[in-house]
Amino acid sequence: MTTSLALSTPISAATEMGPTAAAAAQRRQILALQDVHAWYGESHILHGMTLSVAEGEVVSLLGRNGGGRTTTLRAIMGLVDRRKGSIRIAGAEVIALPPHRIARLGVGYCPEERGIFASLTCEENLRLPPSQAGGGMSVDEIYALLPNLAERRKTQGTRLSGGEQQMLAIARVLRTGSRLLLLDEISEGLAPVIVDRLLELITRLKSLNYTILLVEQNTHFVEDLADRHFVVERGQVVLHVTAAELASSAELLERYIGV
Amino acid sequence: MLDIPLPVLLGQVTIGLVNGCFYAMLSLGLAVIFGLLNVINFSHGAVYMLGAFAAYLGSRWLGINYWIALFIVPVVVGAFGMLVERLLLRRLTGLDHLYSLLLTFGLALVLEGIFLDIYGSAGQSYNGPPQLDGLVDLGFMRLPLYRVWVVAVSLAVCVGIWLLIERTSLGAYLRAGTENARLVQALGINVPLMITLTYGLGVGLAALAGVLAAPIYQVQPLMGSNLLIIAFAVVVIGGLGSTLGAILTGLGLGIIEGLSKVFYPEISSTTVFIIMALVLLVRPAGLFGREA
Repeated sequence: MTTSLALSTPISAATEMGPTAAAAAQRRQILALQDVHAWYGESHILHGMTLSVAEGEVVSLLGRNGGGRTTTLRAIMGLVDRRKGSIRIAGAEVIALPPHRIARLGVGYCPEERGIFASLTCEENLRLPPSQAGGGMSVDEIYALLPNLAERRKTQGTRLSGGEQQMLAIARVLRTGSRLLLLDEISEGLAPVIVDRLLELITRLKSLNYTILLVEQNTHFVEDLADRHFVVERGQVVLHVTAAELASSAELLERYIGV
Repeated sequence: MLDIPLPVLLGQVTIGLVNGCFYAMLSLGLAVIFGLLNVINFSHGAVYMLGAFAAYLGSRWLGINYWIALFIVPVVVGAFGMLVERLLLRRLTGLDHLYSLLLTFGLALVLEGIFLDIYGSAGQSYNGPPQLDGLVDLGFMRLPLYRVWVVAVSLAVCVGIWLLIERTSLGAYLRAGTENARLVQALGINVPLMITLTYGLGVGLAALAGVLAAPIYQVQPLMGSNLLIIAFAVVVIGGLGSTLGAILTGLGLGIIEGLSKVFYPEISSTTVFIIMALVLLVRPAGLFGREA
């Protein structure tokens, strides 16, 4: 028996809400990491990550490259060589589960390199992940939302433009009915006009009550979007800032993530 | 060179095509296994031999006829392959290629050793189905009906598997898994199960080739080891992991090998390797391989 996020929050029940940190704290924890350590081979990358994300929240992981933000997402998916600590998804402990079982709890993962398959067409890429508990967008709904993809459905996946590939990588997990999205650097290397479209898409997903954990380099991308921000350094959370505190913490943030 | 009569030429092409069918079936399994598991399956020749022996022993001990063997043997040997994957190969995931290569090589030695010990290196003869006795007159030569059957079955199986891989969603899993198995698993697909089934499919295919070969070639413990070397060459020429490459190269090389028997018989057994060297010089990733 597995709990599924997909069933718990059907799209029809979604409401437009601007959650505050206080409200978020009272809502159901969809993702909770407690003292998570992770390794690639002998390299110890995460040193006790602790964070939580409530239902319908958008949370960003900020910080310099190499701090462990991407590894945090990979550790949640079970894509590291070894991990310990506690990772709960909708209350279920997943630290010992293989990646496909974690995905089936309703977790949609977009890797940093986008992970579009060259030997599959655009539509095959879109249809690749099996539907979870239901409640996902249909292929037609996705094509309506992202008409570019509809035009290029027969095109080899990696021949799409960078922006289209990124849209496809997100659409791919929306089709499965995943309600918790782990998005790694989705705005990276894209033209500003495409970044704006991505921002629109994520904002729309937020209004549909998706729970989203974003790794971002681009602070502007998340400043109006995220409810809370975690700054990650040396495999730990070193700073926690709510959306309301963002303006007043600008200087402090700059010190952590400025280049 | 031009005084070679056309019937002789066509005859060798036809015989080459029959050999090519076996190359294609074995190489297809090797290519699919290498693509998803990254395992260079040195026991592939031994499971081909196992298929031929299973048909032979099944008929001797249990009275299982050819037609039943054709269906049952690939399933049984394929299941044996899945067991090997689950119990042995899986433990080597993530280690260097060399470990799985040595494991499968050792497995081949063990299997061949057991059969050598019991049956010696002399060939056992296995009779094909009486329904396929007789000759077909192709105009330029009279070909045993059984060989026509072998060509038809292997072509159908190869095309079927190619369609399965290229045109179905199950095949999409396999293609994507060949590119990045970890990510495919993170998208919710049970990759460990897929790996077991894929290995079973490749092994079953080799066993099917073994059953088909039993009435043509002598059933003997080392029948697979010679074929395996050629099958590896085919996979390399076709492009590592390319299914279409394995099928077309297997058939093509069989035919070229047949032709070389007409023009310069001394070279015929080396032809495949000369072609491999030439292809690797021009296209290091193979004819159908993706250049890195």
